[in-house]
Amino acid sequence: MNYSLIILIPLIPLAVFLVLGLLNRKIGPAVSGLIGVSGILLSTVLSFYTAYQYFGVVGKVSGAYPTLVESVVWMNFTDTLRIDMGVLIDPISVMMLIVVSTVSLMVHIYSRGYMKGDEGYTRFFSFLSLFTFSMFGLVLATNLFQIYIFWELVGVSSYLLIGYYYTKESAVAAAKKAFIVTRFADLGFLIGILLIGYYTGTYDFGALNDPGGAILSNWAPASFMGLSVLTWGLILIFIGGAGKSAMFPLHIWLPDAMEGPTPVSALIHAATMVVAGVFLVARLFPMYFFVEDGFALQIVAFVGAFSALFAAVIALTQTDIKRVLAYSTMSQLGYMMLALGVSGYEGSEGLGYMSSMFHLFTHAMFKALLFLCAGSVIHAVHSNELKDMGQLRKYMPVTHISFLIAALAIAGIPPFAGFWSKDEILVAVFEHNTFLYGIGILVAGLTAIYIFRIYFGIFWGKNKAYEHSPHESPSSMTFPLVVLAVLSATVGFIPFSSFISPDRTGFEGHIDIPMAIVAVAVALLGLGVAWILYKKESEMVSRLTDRLGVLYTWAHQKFYVDELYLFVTKNILFKGIAAGAAWFDRNIVDGTMNLIGNSTVVLSRKIKGMQSGRVQDYAMAFVSGTVLLAILFIYLWTS
Amino acid sequence: MIEGISIYELLTVTSILFFIGIYGFITRKNLISVLISVELILNAGAVNFVVINKYLYPDVLQGMIFSIFIIAVAAAETALAISIIINLYRKISSVEVRDVETMKY
Amino acid sequence: MERILFYILALIMIGFALASVMSRRMLRSVIYLLFVLCAVAGVYFMMDYNFLAAIQLTIYAGGIIVLIIFSVLLVHHIEMRMEIARPTRQLLTALACSLGLAAFLSVIYTYDFQVSGPGPGTEVSVIGAKLLDYGEGGFILPFEVISVLLLAAMVGAIVIAKGTKLSENKNEVK
Repeated sequence: MNYSLIILIPLIPLAVFLVLGLLNRKIGPAVSGLIGVSGILLSTVLSFYTAYQYFGVVGKVSGAYPTLVESVVWMNFTDTLRIDMGVLIDPISVMMLIVVSTVSLMVHIYSRGYMKGDEGYTRFFSFLSLFTFSMFGLVLATNLFQIYIFWELVGVSSYLLIGYYYTKESAVAAAKKAFIVTRFADLGFLIGILLIGYYTGTYDFGALNDPGGAILSNWAPASFMGLSVLTWGLILIFIGGAGKSAMFPLHIWLPDAMEGPTPVSALIHAATMVVAGVFLVARLFPMYFFVEDGFALQIVAFVGAFSALFAAVIALTQTDIKRVLAYSTMSQLGYMMLALGVSGYEGSEGLGYMSSMFHLFTHAMFKALLFLCAGSVIHAVHSNELKDMGQLRKYMPVTHISFLIAALAIAGIPPFAGFWSKDEILVAVFEHNTFLYGIGILVAGLTAIYIFRIYFGIFWGKNKAYEHSPHESPSSMTFPLVVLAVLSATVGFIPFSSFISPDRTGFEGHIDIPMAIVAVAVALLGLGVAWILYKKESEMVSRLTDRLGVLYTWAHQKFYVDELYLFVTKNILFKGIAAGAAWFDRNIVDGTMNLIGNSTVVLSRKIKGMQSGRVQDYAMAFVSGTVLLAILFIYLWTS
Repeated sequence: MIEGISIYELLTVTSILFFIGIYGFITRKNLISVLISVELILNAGAVNFVVINKYLYPDVLQGMIFSIFIIAVAAAETALAISIIINLYRKISSVEVRDVETMKY
Repeated sequence: MERILFYILALIMIGFALASVMSRRMLRSVIYLLFVLCAVAGVYFMMDYNFLAAIQLTIYAGGIIVLIIFSVLLVHHIEMRMEIARPTRQLLTALACSLGLAAFLSVIYTYDFQVSGPGPGTEVSVIGAKLLDYGEGGFILPFEVISVLLLAAMVGAIVIAKGTKLSENKNEVK
């Protein structure tokens, strides 16, 4: 392996970020777009080259794919506890390199058309490059601390990009919300890192994840409330992951994050950053699996399953197409978490892990495609609302076909990509827990309904009276759509299981025919329901919503989670704790400081008069002092 | 040494002279008067040198030579002080001490 | 005889010194200082230091006093009465000075001076040799330093006193 080439993968976007960021006003949009796209193109080529080297040339070493690490010591705390900076190459990081670089490349190309004429064009590309750099750094991290650093960097770039339209109040609010919520979750992550570092004495993934190593064979160095401290550490780390991956109840920032430009939503809030949480759990999977017999993993599974169902229900009721896609993303992320949560470790036991990564891979492709299509539609009709759209298939054929392929993929209709990964997930869950399988299959049906609801709403339905006749997007925008559509249709055929499994040995994957039939049947059922309800705008929908009554209202209001948060923050945190803290800060802390300052001022005003500037006053003081000292000495000596 | 006069009497006189000079230095409000007071202080010191030389170590001349130096320095100091006073008078038309307090603060 | 003479001189010194620092007329104050200096010269004479007494008279009485009188005449009207410090201030200063004097005298009178017998008289040539002697106990270095100091003081005095007015006058003349 050529490590210097791998290190270039993150460094090129960093260089692009610096160049574009520093020369923001000096270069025109054409140049900055070209720099951005060519930078990420280079990174993409290098990523594919790395994948070829890793899987093709290096291959398996004694039956398993090796973990290749190249790092330098950055900070030394003790002999073993240190922070390194480096690159770690193993199957999932290589896979993530492919995902991030491919989607990022497509989004860069797409943005050249989408952002055309925008005032902050260069700024946009520099932020995109910053994000790409951070994401590469995250997937290549060799230890917990490095991943944490890049974790925060993606958080920052996400904040910057959500707030890209910084003159829009809602965008600023959304950016702050995303930052604060994920930051809050990252507090858990940090405490988890420190706990694990303290009790194991290392941050290194290699040492932490060694299934035969000292750490995992002795996983209870201390216990707290009946659980091993390592379990607590892993749960806290999962809280961090849940914050980034928008798991319930930390999901509230993701729908609001759709205030950012649509390419950003496609790249960050659908394909790459939000899967960082899944990636984190996968990265630490041996720890999750072996520590306390996978107790923390159970939590991951249940949180994932609940989030998947919760988000799918809300997605059914939203009218903003980007928000529907956001909740859909959350639901699919729940799927991935669920699959990780039910996975085993050895050989084909690791089906859940494999399918989770597989779904991450396929989902990145088709969800990015969905967002880019949505962006194309929004570009054409200048609205996010479903009610402003209809019959667009006549105006935008390429977008229409691409969206259809992506919708079929996410719904799990063979032979599109989503079918293969989702099927593997359902098989893995079924082998583990039938209750969770029930949730999974229900979510599969709901997925088909909500995605075809917006599909029919956008491209069929009634013809609206458009102010400007909508037209197909320029080729810079349709080209990525076509590429991603082809990928969404075909990536399912990659024999993923032979590349990726928890113990890295790989196994022979196969399609479980009865399970597949059930899943496809449910998906088709959902598709059918959507067909009946939404293909033509009919009375049935409103009658149905009336019938559901409270349930519909609740789902439409996102189950009032936001309101709950607002209540907690505004009434309890702000009024109760923060007010007290503010009072303390203003009166006690500031008061002390002001007292010191003011008394110094008053004192100096008083003694200023002594410095009259008259020589004779000084002489007087000098003489009296000398005389007093002389008298003092005389009587001390003589006595 | 002076016949019949002890060193104590001489030193008493110079001490009184010295403190009169200090009193003048502190209380006078005019720069020239301050200068006069300084001359008194210097003279008290010079006489002291001479007296101690004469009474305690009559064989050597150190005290006396020091007095000569004191007189020379006093002359230089007076010349400079007078020139400063004259210059000041040209600039601010006053030789009062309280008008010359830009050292303040 | 010498006792009486010394007491007269001491009285002149102290009396005129006091008068000099108390007087509210500038010129009188200077003249009183002249008397004090003359009395000091008299003490030098009585101690057989004739050369020192001569210097005292020529430089102090002849040089410095004249200089001060000139400056007084330059910056004051002869009849002007000077302001005087506040009584409290005078009292405080007098108190501090008398305290200091008391301390001095108590030290002087408790110390046992080892007075040795009358020494040989001093001749001017001895003093001159001493001043120019660069052997042990010689004063050639301070002597030279003093000469440089005097030169520097002269130049400085001229430069400072000249001020800027002269050049302005020149310009006006042109």
